[in-house]
Parts: sequence; structure tokens; C-alpha cells
Amino acid sequence: MILQGIAFYVFAALLVASGVMVISARNPVHSVLYLILAFFQAAGLCVLMGAEFIAMILIIVYVGAVAVLFLFVVMMLDINFRELRQGALETLPLGALIGLILLAELVAVLGGWIVAPGVASIAGAPTPALDQVTNTHALGQLMYTQYVYLFQASGIVLLIAMIGAIVLTLRQRAGVRKQNVGVQIARHRDDVVVIRKVTTGEGV
Amino acid sequence: MEIGLGHYLTVSAIVFTLGVLGIFLNRKNVIIILMSIEMMLLAVNLNLVAFSTFLHDLVGQIFAMIILTVAAAEAAIGLAILVVYFRNRGSIRVEDINMMKG
Repeated sequence: MILQGIAFYVFAALLVASGVMVISARNPVHSVLYLILAFFQAAGLCVLMGAEFIAMILIIVYVGAVAVLFLFVVMMLDINFRELRQGALETLPLGALIGLILLAELVAVLGGWIVAPGVASIAGAPTPALDQVTNTHALGQLMYTQYVYLFQASGIVLLIAMIGAIVLTLRQRAGVRKQNVGVQIARHRDDVVVIRKVTTGEGV
Repeated sequence: MEIGLGHYLTVSAIVFTLGVLGIFLNRKNVIIILMSIEMMLLAVNLNLVAFSTFLHDLVGQIFAMIILTVAAAEAAIGLAILVVYFRNRGSIRVEDINMMKG
């Protein structure tokens, strides 16, 4: 139990610290790297709670895809970030005030949460005992049966996001000669080839 | 000391607030704003997973995965829009994004 407490406080402190660095780092590349650190700490917290599949998915999806995408975009765009930071301190008092109020409300509502005694009996999908079914197995059994439509809907969301990203960033450059298959196929022999009888010694 | 549900919820509340504060602090930089939104979604995910494990109900983790999907899609589309915007205008200042005013 002591070990669990130590692990929780280490993960939580690092998560909050890297969250602070994400929003306050001068260089956006550092921000992205701290974001990756924050995702790792969150995955650690998930493991601590016993949701290891979500933890691994967090690392694979967030660190492997989303954060690398951010890193890619930050490095690809040639932006003067120093200019963008100007005037950041003007909104700090208002932001800090709103943040403090929000934090106080959230902690007041969530921090003292007590689970009612009879709540286990009304669970939508009770977690099976860990010695019989692992977390990943139980999640799969639930997701591919009861929530299969939700699963397919999220697949459609990803497909549309992929198509949208490709359509948005596809660029037709002017002045570049490309193969146009439609025009090639639509070309007919009679339109482009003329056969002439050439008399000897006269030319066309 | 027992680590209970309240501890995890407090951590996620702090991370959520940091995300909100990040939007205020980096008002001009869309990339940091997108990162702040990702952090807020992460906090929501932590909340869901915490409730799921402490209430012994797996539906919360299913929900967390769906949110993960939407977050990934949102990041992809947001960054694509950002790249197109930068290509057209040569800057990503939030104040310049007013072309859609009537």
C-alpha cells in the first residue's frame, strides 16, 4: 500500500509538473516533448488504477501518433514563436483567476467523492475478477458485443478524419505537368492522327 | 495512506485546469491551444478510467477509448487546418483568423 501511494504521488506530481511546462515552455518543441511526458505519467496512473489496456492505448495513440503529429507540424511550419508569445502576460491575471475558480470548484465537487454503498449492483458491465479474465480480454468481450456499433462508429469517425486531413492538405501546384489518365483514355486515334498520301518528290 | 477515488479525481481536475489556463496563456498560438485541448481530453479520460475502476464498471473504459478516438481525429483535422492556414497566410496568429467574418 505504501508503494502504491509513493507511485501515485510520483506519477501525479510529474503529470502536473509536465502539464505546467506544456503551457509555459518558450519553445513549442519543448511543449510537445513535455506533453509526451505528461501522457506517459497518465499511462502510469492508469496502470496504477488497473486499467492497463487504456494505459497502453494512451501510449500508442497519444505518444505514437498524436504527439508525433504535433512535433511534425511544429517543426515543419516556419513560425516566429517569439512574436506569438508577446502579450501573454496580459491575460495571465484573468486566466489565473478563472483557473483558480475552476480548480476550486472541481476539487470541491470531485475531491470528496464518496461511492454510495449499493452502486455496485447497478453497474452497466461489472468488471470480472482479474484472476479469471484480464482487463484487455474483458474490454474486448464488452466492446465487440455490446458496444460493436459504437466501435464501428468510431472507425467511421477515424476514416472521415483521415479523408478530411488528406483532402485539406492536398495541393494542386500550378505549372507541374502530371499524367492525366482520363485524358489519355479519352483520346481517340481519329482526333490526333491524320494519314496523308505523300507524292514522291513534293513533300506534304 | 490509502489512495482513493478522490486523489485521482483531484489530479485530473488539476490537469484540466492547466489545459484551460493554457488556452488563456497562449492566446495567440494555435498549436499550444490544440495541445491544451489534448491535455483537457486526457484529464477527462483519467476521470472516466478512475470512475470505471473504482465503481467496478467497465463501460467507463469503453467510453475512454471512444474519447481517445475522437481526440486523435480532432488532432489530425486541427493540424491539417493549421497547415492549410499557414500555407495561405504565412502565419498562425489567432488574431489573423478573421477571414470568415461576413
